[in-house]
Amino acid sequence: MSESTHEIEIEILNPDGLHMRPAMQFVDLASSFNSDITVTHQEMSIDAKSIMQMTMLAATCGARLKVVAIGPDAADAVKALKELVDNKFGDDPENVVSKKEG
Amino acid sequence: MKLADIICFDAIIAQLSSNKRDKVIEELIQSLSDQNKIPAGEVKSLAKAVISRENEASTGIGKGVAVPHVKHASIAEPVAVVGCSQEGIDFSSLDKQPVYSVFLLLSPTSDPDKHLQVMETIFKNLQKEDFRRFLRQAQTSEAIIEALKDADEDGQ
Repeated sequence: MSESTHEIEIEILNPDGLHMRPAMQFVDLASSFNSDITVTHQEMSIDAKSIMQMTMLAATCGARLKVVAIGPDAADAVKALKELVDNKFGDDPENVVSKKEG
Repeated sequence: MKLADIICFDAIIAQLSSNKRDKVIEELIQSLSDQNKIPAGEVKSLAKAVISRENEASTGIGKGVAVPHVKHASIAEPVAVVGCSQEGIDFSSLDKQPVYSVFLLLSPTSDPDKHLQVMETIFKNLQKEDFRRFLRQAQTSEAIIEALKDADEDGQ
């Protein structure tokens, strides 16, 4: 399989930002790919497979991050990571939509 | 932001009396309470909240450190405390190794951005191997405070 580079921009939509739990989900998902994945926030670039480094990003709600994947599954990796972020990390209890109006 | 801005030096415990995760959490919160850093009467509810957060996903991120934390309505400003254990604590860490240095952080529910900044400050330092080693070698509160102050100076 050939090496390829894929880049995508993501925006943190969770009101609480990329705190530790979603950061762990991100790291878990990133780690499931063979590609090297880097996340850049402002001037800081870090390894998406390290929870320590992900937590250092301090990505608040509305923060825009650049995700770059290099490797055999780079395209799938950026797609999956974007989906996770766009879905506000799914089970974050802060984001459970209340069903006021049914 | 500096570690000195968030960590209550007077509450630091250089030799934790327990090596059980939940007891350590209670001990550190009690120590913050003894220094009047958290509202009186909230020790139990805060400990319960931190433990339940910990049960959802361990904050033992490997390399001998854990950062148990919670956002709680009774907290007005982020406050943290450090506890060290020579024996090591089972924190169900990601790398399955014992934890020797615990950074416990309590944040208000009202300011998630500030919580992230505090976490960034803590993790920026925990990333450094030297800092982790100094903490682990520290046997007294004075030695821990020195490690924290040195880390703050390095970050300038």
